Amino acid sequence: MSDARSELTVSLWRGAQQGRYERYNVPLRENQTVLDVVTFVQRHLDPTLSYRFACRVGVCGSCAMTVNGRPRWTCRTHVSTVAKAGHLEIGPLENLPVIKDLATDMRAFFEKWQQAKGAFVPSKTRHDAIDAIRPDSPARIAADAAIECINCGICYAACDTVRWNPDYLGPAALNRAWTLVNDARDAGNAARLAAVAAAGGCHACHSHQSCQEYCPQALNPTASIAGLKRRTAAAYLRGEIKA
Amino acid sequence: MNVRLYVWQRATAALMLPLVLVHVTVIFYATRRGMTAADILARTRGSIVWAALYGTFVIAAAIHAAIGVRNVLTEWSPLGERAASLFTVAFGAALLLLGLRAVAAVVL
Amino acid sequence: MTARRLAHRTSLLWLAALVHRLSGLALAIFLPLHFLALGLAIRGEAQLEGFLRWSDQPLVKLAESGLVFLLVVHMLGGLRLLLIENLDWRDRQKELAAVAAGISAVVALILLVRMF
Repeated sequence: MSDARSELTVSLWRGAQQGRYERYNVPLRENQTVLDVVTFVQRHLDPTLSYRFACRVGVCGSCAMTVNGRPRWTCRTHVSTVAKAGHLEIGPLENLPVIKDLATDMRAFFEKWQQAKGAFVPSKTRHDAIDAIRPDSPARIAADAAIECINCGICYAACDTVRWNPDYLGPAALNRAWTLVNDARDAGNAARLAAVAAAGGCHACHSHQSCQEYCPQALNPTASIAGLKRRTAAAYLRGEIKA
Repeated sequence: MNVRLYVWQRATAALMLPLVLVHVTVIFYATRRGMTAADILARTRGSIVWAALYGTFVIAAAIHAAIGVRNVLTEWSPLGERAASLFTVAFGAALLLLGLRAVAAVVL
Repeated sequence: MTARRLAHRTSLLWLAALVHRLSGLALAIFLPLHFLALGLAIRGEAQLEGFLRWSDQPLVKLAESGLVFLLVVHMLGGLRLLLIENLDWRDRQKELAAVAAGISAVVALILLVRMF
């Protein structure tokens, strides 16, 4: 480090929906992630701090928090790329109720996943022949482009339409619905298209593209939602959806 | 916004793309010529083309603006869905009435 | 809750969406007034002529140029949405959004010059 700082000051949100930021001084190290910093505070400075993590290596999505105003995976965010003048501000993810400190209640996020019919509906039994799905078919390419979502909630936290419209199902739920719409094996598309065509569905999206900007998996929910808009409009015009 | 409102809003938007171009051209022409009311009305009175173009423009704009404002109301104001829908119909009707009246004023 | 504004609100595409929304609102407020002005012709040419002469003032001309900017920027922003929603995804949208705003400004500026 060119500036000989040895300490980082960190403001962490303490409390629930009401609360305040509290400052802590943490040793600055090379190759330090934001999760390292939060963990240091909890283990050495204040054991009452609540936060979530699991894998520490960017595959589970549990450690997502708001870092200097932006939603990120804290285990994959190096302090050196985000600290401003030796300072960090860390809060819980936006758009979700705060349970305590840095941990949010993600129930609404997962309930909307169900409301968007983001679950596979089987069409065959074990006695039927297996569907041959070509990986280079356009539908499968579309599904594969959106399939790597690990439900971390960052897109949901980044989305202003989620903030403004409590009914909006959100980018992750709609993105998953899109992958299933493109799954040739799925039998639930009539109900799924109706679900995402209702108020709060895909048409509420204004294409701000914050979801795409912040998704750590480089997914593009805006594009998935655009696909849903096309499908639902076509289905509506054919009389398959009542609205 | 649901699929029905979406389809109406996007369809009227697409319909208005050429109409806006026509309108901006008309504005440029009228300002360049420094037209008086008499000049304008001489061109519009009795014109079927004018009536058709601007009549369509008014209808499309009334629907499009009403749905657009409804979206803003549901997201940025405390109004609920029902109040917003009521507003949409009222605002759209007002625009339609005033707009068709204006078209009639210059065409008839 | 967070003292800092979410930083993504300064992204160009978010700004484009805000401009699109605000221009739409402004146009929606303006439209009834526009219809009322034109409706003056019902009472006869003299009423409309009176209004047109009133609107010859420099400030009104400036406002009219502003309105044309709002109309064109709203149309181009809407066109951007129609493209996102109906064509294959393309990158470089930030550049397209900036170009759309630029074209709108140019159109409005040309009109302003012609009016004076």
